[in-house]
Amino acid sequence: MTMDSEDILTIAADWLAAGEAVAVATVTSTWGSSPRRAGSRMAITQSGRIAGSVSGGCIEGAVAEAALRSIETGTPQVLDFGVTDERAWEVGLACGGKVSVFVEKLA
Amino acid sequence: MKAEHLHALQVAAAQRIPVAFATRLPDGAAFILPDPAAPQALALEAAAMLAADRTGMVTIGAETWFIEARNPAPRAIIVGAVHIAQSLAPLAATMGFDVAVVDPRRAFASADRFPGVVIRTDWPDEALQDLRPDARTAIITLTHDPKLDDPALIAALATEAFYIGSLGSRKTHAARLDRLRAAGLTDATLARICAPVGLDIGAVTAPEIALSIIAQMVAARRGKPTRA
Repeated sequence: MTMDSEDILTIAADWLAAGEAVAVATVTSTWGSSPRRAGSRMAITQSGRIAGSVSGGCIEGAVAEAALRSIETGTPQVLDFGVTDERAWEVGLACGGKVSVFVEKLA
Repeated sequence: MKAEHLHALQVAAAQRIPVAFATRLPDGAAFILPDPAAPQALALEAAAMLAADRTGMVTIGAETWFIEARNPAPRAIIVGAVHIAQSLAPLAATMGFDVAVVDPRRAFASADRFPGVVIRTDWPDEALQDLRPDARTAIITLTHDPKLDDPALIAALATEAFYIGSLGSRKTHAARLDRLRAAGLTDATLARICAPVGLDIGAVTAPEIALSIIAQMVAARRGKPTRA
């Protein structure tokens, strides 16, 4: 992937430097019609700031919740969202795609 | 992700150094490659993915790694610090291009008119030689002045630039092609020039023309036809 103005890591670094507790979520693989390619990122702070995206907007809420858990525990997580996944229905991955997201605390 | 890795990735990006960022799933152990400390199998995978500009998961032995190819940003070199360039430069930056504007006419090529953009006031052919466009570079000539556009295009056509666009009507472009043929360029080479520049969206204003150009640049970058 080419770095571009979507490079969320710069924002994450700024937040970390400002003393925020930050987690980074990265799309690691996609299947089907998911809108965001592997390498797409979202940064989340404990204080509730969010930058970037890992989907068309349908799973960001669930990913943000998971990010807060990783910030608390320091443990990274692999999250799988897809149409065959009950949880994905809950958060509404309506496009019919599947996406895998890695969430980790920035430390 | 470790803060020092994040910092190293930012330094590499600023210095336009290609790196592969490898993260082991699910524990998050990471390397920024090339790194002599990395396992050889991982180093080989990372080098291949970086060369192919590919990002994704790979299995190495019993391990799963996410490898992100982080190649330098594509570049847009805009020749002609004209009105359209004032719209095109920020649009290109938004699309992730590192932007340089080239125009020896200092009245046009001023920091006032192009805040935050690299400005060069040498002659386009010299500037292009110095900037060394590669296959990740787009070159757009906007001056309408053969004294500036022609040497820029001749220099551009000698590079692997993935996109070369030149402002001007069909008539202007036909005359330009005659001059460039007379300068020894072949029709096959000249066919690389996108002109009249931009996708045909009926653009009228300078920002609209800039939009049509950036759309054509994106199409070229993503392997789609540059004529809609």
